[in-house]
Amino acid sequence: MNSKAADRVATGVFVAIAIVIVTILVGLFFYIFVNGFKYISFDFLTSPSSNVRAGGGIRDQLFNSFYILFLTMLITVPIGVGGGIYMAEYAKPGKVTDLIRTCIEVLSSLPSIVIGMFGLLIFVNTTGWGYTIIGGALALTIFNLPTMVRTTEDAIRAVPRDLKEASLALGVTHWHTIKTIILPAAFPSILTGAILAAGRVFGEAAALLFTAGLSTPRLDYMNLNPFSEQSPLNIFRPAETLAVHIWSVNTQGLIPDVNEVASGSSAVLVLSVLVFNLLARWIGSLIHKRVTATK
Amino acid sequence: MMTAVKERTQVDLTVQPTPIEVKSENIIAVRNLEIFYGDKRAVNGISLDIKKNSVTALIGPSGCGKSTFLRSINRMNDLIPGARAAGEIIYEDLNILSQDINVVALRKEIGMVFQKPNPFPKSIYENIAHGLKFAGIRKKTELDEIVEESLQKAALWDEVKDRLHKSALSLSGGQQQRLCIARSIAMKPTVILLDEPSSALDPISNAKVEELIIGLKKDYSIIIVTHNMQQAARISDKTAFFLNGDLIEYDNTKKLFTNPSVKKTEEYISGRFG
Repeated sequence: MNSKAADRVATGVFVAIAIVIVTILVGLFFYIFVNGFKYISFDFLTSPSSNVRAGGGIRDQLFNSFYILFLTMLITVPIGVGGGIYMAEYAKPGKVTDLIRTCIEVLSSLPSIVIGMFGLLIFVNTTGWGYTIIGGALALTIFNLPTMVRTTEDAIRAVPRDLKEASLALGVTHWHTIKTIILPAAFPSILTGAILAAGRVFGEAAALLFTAGLSTPRLDYMNLNPFSEQSPLNIFRPAETLAVHIWSVNTQGLIPDVNEVASGSSAVLVLSVLVFNLLARWIGSLIHKRVTATK
Repeated sequence: MMTAVKERTQVDLTVQPTPIEVKSENIIAVRNLEIFYGDKRAVNGISLDIKKNSVTALIGPSGCGKSTFLRSINRMNDLIPGARAAGEIIYEDLNILSQDINVVALRKEIGMVFQKPNPFPKSIYENIAHGLKFAGIRKKTELDEIVEESLQKAALWDEVKDRLHKSALSLSGGQQQRLCIARSIAMKPTVILLDEPSSALDPISNAKVEELIIGLKKDYSIIIVTHNMQQAARISDKTAFFLNGDLIEYDNTKKLFTNPSVKKTEEYISGRFG
């Protein structure tokens, strides 16, 4: 086979792989949406779920998912970005840094069910909180932190060294250079990392089963006092998320419309992840354009 | 510009004075400077004086230690793991290689422009305001004034005055390099170090940068590393020839290029090696 033919074959193989990937994605979306869209209605999104009768909605699960996502990112992003800055800018090469890096890698490869069991031990039993939103958010933080540290470190290392030197050569301190030059330049990659982490939080079920629980108390959305039992904002209440709900109605649901609820929930879940993704990217690019003065 | 030196009131270069005396016409005195990367010695004990308000060119083949020497003058080598220096570089009666030196304050006085234009991915205005804001200048009118003044001095003002808030990356390579020089000038340094500032530029941009450097020497002391010997001959007052970490010859540029006293220098400038 001459080199020209080999080149053509290689191109063909890669195009085929690309087609397979796209087909799987499109097929999956198509399947989920075709099966789920017909069950999504205003009523479905705004009524509480039912335990035995048909016609339950996913209002509380949807809210719980977003609320846990918000809390998790609130904890993960500052610590993760801080850790990434440390690893990229301050950690001296050596045994300690290698040890930290190994820990991060091991932590990021732990199965989420194991993190769920650990969460049960620490955030549910040891603390005596029981199943809580904050317990779930902390478990998800453990799950996400390594990825966040890693992506931040990579993003910072990818910023050209020239920029850092240029700023230092002007008599600007290391920390101010990180704040005003390096982090803005690394922002798009850090944002991508955060979005990926958020997608994982949104779809995670295993780590939440034993930490945030399988039930939601009766919520009163008019009650905004975060210390009240009925308030949706209370972080010390159990909370079933959408992903957990899909799992639980499928495995132990007594309702007659299990399929409808599961399909509708799946479609809502995928749609939420998509919308969240696009929104975050759009806002991120607006911020980036503002900072870099590109139009 | 003597005032720039005297103006530095808040600058804190606290360290004990050294016995070596720097003649008033000189701004920097280097004594027995050695620089190591790990075990490898890159600069072998050199001594020279840098004259105030003049252009000093450092020439020599790649790897001869001239850039390493240049980067040690504002302690940029601190960023390289394993790099260390011995000997003395005296500036303002202080050995700036000392551990007690406030490196941040030092770099504000001894600015640097790099080989590859490296503007920040921000607007033209913000590129210059970056260092100023850190130095505590917050007032818009004051910032505006210094930005304009610096761009004027860097001969860039007329080309960018209508698009100060556009991205600096939209400028051409030559304009970017002049912006980097303007950014340095804005900090009101006394010394500007230039590390092959025009080697990445086309001939026309190069000519503009050279013209700019000659114009700057009445206000600043300039040390420039260059691979281009014509450039050294055109713009510098004194030239130092480096080879394998040694300072081979250091003299007035005219003398060094027309009548070098060392054979190696003659061979290098006539293109027999390097």
